[in-house]
Amino acid sequence: MSADHSNPQAIVRLNDVGKVFGRFAALRGLSADFHLGKLYILLGENGAGKSTLLRMIAGLAAPTSGKVDVACTPEKVGFMSHSSFLYDDLSGAENLRYFAGLYSDPAPSNELMASVGLDPALPRRVRDYSQGMRQRLSLARALVNRPELLLLDEPFSNVDAASTAQMLTLLCRLKTSTCIILVTHQPALLDGIADQTLTLVAGRVAAQGARP
Amino acid sequence: MSFTSLVRLNLGKDLRLEWRSKDALNAIGFFALLVVVIFSFAFEPNEEESRAIAGGIFWVAFLFSSIVALNQTWARELRHHVLDAYRVSAASPAALFLSKTLGNFIFVAVIEVFIVPLFIVFYNLRALGDARTLPLIFALGTWALVVNGTFFAALSLRTRNREIMLPLLLLPISIPAIIAMVQATTLVLTGADSPLLWIKLLIGYNVIFTVAGLLLFSPVLNAE
Repeated sequence: MSADHSNPQAIVRLNDVGKVFGRFAALRGLSADFHLGKLYILLGENGAGKSTLLRMIAGLAAPTSGKVDVACTPEKVGFMSHSSFLYDDLSGAENLRYFAGLYSDPAPSNELMASVGLDPALPRRVRDYSQGMRQRLSLARALVNRPELLLLDEPFSNVDAASTAQMLTLLCRLKTSTCIILVTHQPALLDGIADQTLTLVAGRVAAQGARP
Repeated sequence: MSFTSLVRLNLGKDLRLEWRSKDALNAIGFFALLVVVIFSFAFEPNEEESRAIAGGIFWVAFLFSSIVALNQTWARELRHHVLDAYRVSAASPAALFLSKTLGNFIFVAVIEVFIVPLFIVFYNLRALGDARTLPLIFALGTWALVVNGTFFAALSLRTRNREIMLPLLLLPISIPAIIAMVQATTLVLTGADSPLLWIKLLIGYNVIFTVAGLLLFSPVLNAE
């Protein structure tokens, strides 16, 4: 995962990226390439810079130093954050229809809801969803634009075992045509699915390598 | 997605959310009603005095009640960081600004429709000038309130004291519009002169600040 600038297929290229908030350096000189068709796990303790890195790749934050190159257009970036990015007073289907409307080639919202195990006909507003249901709907929302680059920040938190298995199956299927960068504290869930792991400590890459 | 489709999409979503929550409508309605009633009891004006002060009271009531509502309409975009989802999509920031402004215009206008008859009763009003120009003055005045209000509410969105920041930013820049809408309304009520000059000023103000808002909204939306 170290910077391989000779590989033309990198969809995300980080070149000596740093991010400073006031006097706190969240990321320091990070370089890495991420490729289509692979699933990467970002590991690290709280405050290591994982979420900051995802936000920078998603275009929500600019690096203080270095360069973040994303080869695909923002139309093809899907981002599932800590926050749900959902309106409480809309139903799940209404939320997905709204976000689908922001893109030129959206996926059908009914199919997306079904793919994460939610009933598209459920009239309940999102404020009445359980945390796990929100999490699954949030994943569906991140997929609404058929992303080539999918950024997932702790997608399995508060999700039960059955739903986690369903989400993993979906990620497995998506992986063939998508670059997935996933932050998690439960890397064992991704055994056999993830291709590489990058461990951040205090904003630096402390370890990296292929997963079995 | 075309610009108009995005405006329609965002406006439809805002109207649906407002219909369900009534956050902005309740805030504008109760605040405006309270101001109108309190001023009515405080001054107890006769018919002639009413015509002289009614324009000022009406627009001050809607200026302050709009401020309460404008904070509400952006606050719902901050819950669960939904605004970030819009930013990631790279959809037009100007379309979001225009739809929010249109939505706020509709919310304030709806409340005006209910408050104006009460206002006429409380202040025993009868226009001596051409009352047919009042809807135009109300529409222009309301747009002037919401177009800047929507922009500055977004600008103060990420500040620590956004409820205080919005009036501090909005009120000084609204002074020309407030003068124009109050003068135009008062001239129609008293019949002293033609309100045309003030209507032209309102049109100019609205054009300038609508265009400026559309052009400058992208950095406001994408500020970290």
